[in-house]
Amino acid sequence: MQSTTGLKNNVHKAFLEVFEKAQNHTLSELRAQAQAHVNALDLPTKRHEEWKYTSLEAVYKTDFKIQIERNEDEASFLEHCQKTLPITEEAHHLVFVNGHFSPKSSLILPEGKGIRIEPMASVIRQDSEWLTAHLDNYTTDAEDAIFTALNTAYFTDGALIHVPRATELSYPVVLHFLSDARAVNSLAQVRNLMIVGENSRLKVIENFIGIGDYKHLSNSVTEIAVAPHAHVDHYKMQIDESLNYHVGTTYVRQADESSFSNTTISLTGDIVRNDLKIKLGERCESYMNGLYMLKGKTHVDNHTAVDHAKPHSESHELYKGILDGQSRGVFNGKIFVRQDAQKTNAFQSNRNIVLSDKAAIDTKPQLEIWADDVKCSHGATTGKIDTEALFYLQSRGISKKKAQAMMVQAFAKEVTERIAFESLREFLALQIEHRLS
Amino acid sequence: MLQIKNLQARIEEENILKGLNLEVKPGEVHAIMGPNGSGKSTLASVLAGREEYEVTGGEVSFDGKDLLELAPEERAGEGLFLAFQYPIEIPGVSNTNFLKTAINEIRKYKGEEELDAVGFLKLMKEKAKLMDIEQSLLSRSLNEGFSGGEKKRNEIFQLLMLNPKLAILDETDSGLDIDALKIVSEGVNKFRNKDNAVIVITHYQRLLDYIVPDFVHVLYQGKIVKSGTKELALELEDKGYDWIKTEVLA
Ligand SMILES: Nc1ncnc2c1ncn2[C@@H]1O[C@H](COP(=O)(O)OP(=O)(O)OP(=O)(O)O)[C@@H](O)[C@H]1O
Ligand SMILES: [Mg+2]
Repeated sequence: MQSTTGLKNNVHKAFLEVFEKAQNHTLSELRAQAQAHVNALDLPTKRHEEWKYTSLEAVYKTDFKIQIERNEDEASFLEHCQKTLPITEEAHHLVFVNGHFSPKSSLILPEGKGIRIEPMASVIRQDSEWLTAHLDNYTTDAEDAIFTALNTAYFTDGALIHVPRATELSYPVVLHFLSDARAVNSLAQVRNLMIVGENSRLKVIENFIGIGDYKHLSNSVTEIAVAPHAHVDHYKMQIDESLNYHVGTTYVRQADESSFSNTTISLTGDIVRNDLKIKLGERCESYMNGLYMLKGKTHVDNHTAVDHAKPHSESHELYKGILDGQSRGVFNGKIFVRQDAQKTNAFQSNRNIVLSDKAAIDTKPQLEIWADDVKCSHGATTGKIDTEALFYLQSRGISKKKAQAMMVQAFAKEVTERIAFESLREFLALQIEHRLS
Repeated sequence: MLQIKNLQARIEEENILKGLNLEVKPGEVHAIMGPNGSGKSTLASVLAGREEYEVTGGEVSFDGKDLLELAPEERAGEGLFLAFQYPIEIPGVSNTNFLKTAINEIRKYKGEEELDAVGFLKLMKEKAKLMDIEQSLLSRSLNEGFSGGEKKRNEIFQLLMLNPKLAILDETDSGLDIDALKIVSEGVNKFRNKDNAVIVITHYQRLLDYIVPDFVHVLYQGKIVKSGTKELALELEDKGYDWIKTEVLA
């Protein structure tokens, strides 16, 4: 995306100027460097290989406003957030409204010594030196990804989760990112940093939500560092009916013998682009689970990349799609196996059911393997619901509609059953059923 | 109960059923035999309502209703059941959940009250025992990884659970060991009463030793070319189909 002309068109320029309004003097060196990257890069268009199937032109043309500071007399949004993600398990709830932490909406429970669950803005104020040393350490493509550079340069807030060694949180953490688009088109940028120490565990959910009739865009970046023998279970939820535009990258760095799992569930939105980039040490386990069930004109693009840099690691990827209406899905799964990474096991599967003639999926596995002693497999399928199976169910008295719902539910279950929150599994099953009846 | 008149059907431009007649009355067992590819499974599929088959002529009435007008699930609601020659595997749909849905959908169709969880479990236990089906099989996905024999037993188990008016068994005996054949036959015999009927499609006399037919028909080139009593099956076992083919050509 290196700018070829150094000249940006007016629409792109105006779009970028909105971000710049959030410019401030914190983390100056880091921010200045990122700004330089932004200046050198172009906004992606379909001409860019990584954005071949996803156009953001509608986003660029939207007249967004960015909220520079926290709204002091805000209301509590917690109830609304919990309605969009009705988790009954006790958890920390951190709510961010238009990119700013909302103390009134949040609920942080007591945790053990040394555990930090804090809004990034206060870490910047109180601990900026420490943050400078840790932030942006795990973004593998900072010079190349303009949205990550924009985030680093101008993010307003986000969550810091720091779990010291040999510690397990008493509660999972739920981060709600709410875009309030009731009065204006809202642009929000959050930056999250999760550092999980040796032998420790973290379960964390990122939930993207919107309210209001105006459009909203969130550009989020999450960096996750998993120390040796640590386990991180990370979720990205895009299931709120009011969702519009989202661009976001999750960067994961797994130290030796660590385990990480990401589950990305996308049911809603206008245009959604998720990037997941994982770099593995030795003897790691990594799971990438995705479910996208799309309708209307929703466009969801999942790009994943797992980098096997060292030997003896395993990655398991399962992305499943159900596409209805005029929806469009994109799946791009990259697997790199470096020369050093002997004895790698890497599995990737992308399976899709297309329910309507007007819906479509573009799927592309991309394997680059330089080591010779590896086990890699990948497969992508796209099809309609199996008519023979449908007929079998119908012949037992089950209506076509219900039979179809049963089969889609069964298809989705392979992903949803891996979710560690029972209430979330049940909620998703209901949502899926609701969609099909 | 079932009247088939001059039934003609095709699949992908190929005429398979070419004027088939059959009448089944309550309390009867009919066996349909015939060489491979003669159209037996096609007949079963057309009766059950498989969309891929196009009915090009004839009539089928089931308890006075025009069967061909009904969707497959409505046919099941009216009391038609097909035990498939090749039961399909449906990953992710649990056997138990599937059966419960099926029973209650049929009850709903008939305007009956739904069966509650306790009633369902009781019924399931009773019928599973009859068919020698283990609990573990019930909680697994429908037919997924079932052995050939387990699939066939599962079909008859479903028959007992749904208790239809007319059961069509398409080669339920193929792939069964001796013990399973007995279990399956006993299941079918338990199902039988004066108000329901059974059509057994089979290649072998040994099933008919257990499920004794009132009538035996030979289906050949899409038509029933010969009908008789159970002695006809013994004659076929003895002589094969050549003499019938010759008769047809003559
Ligand atoms: N999808 C299809 N397209 C074309 N021909 C088909 C199709 N399905 C079935 N047939 C043909 O229809 C004919 C009848 O098949 P059918 O399965 O009804 O035979 P059958 O009597 O049940 O045989 P078997 O004893 O082997 O089970 C066969 O010649 C078969 O090849
Ligand atoms: Mg057959």
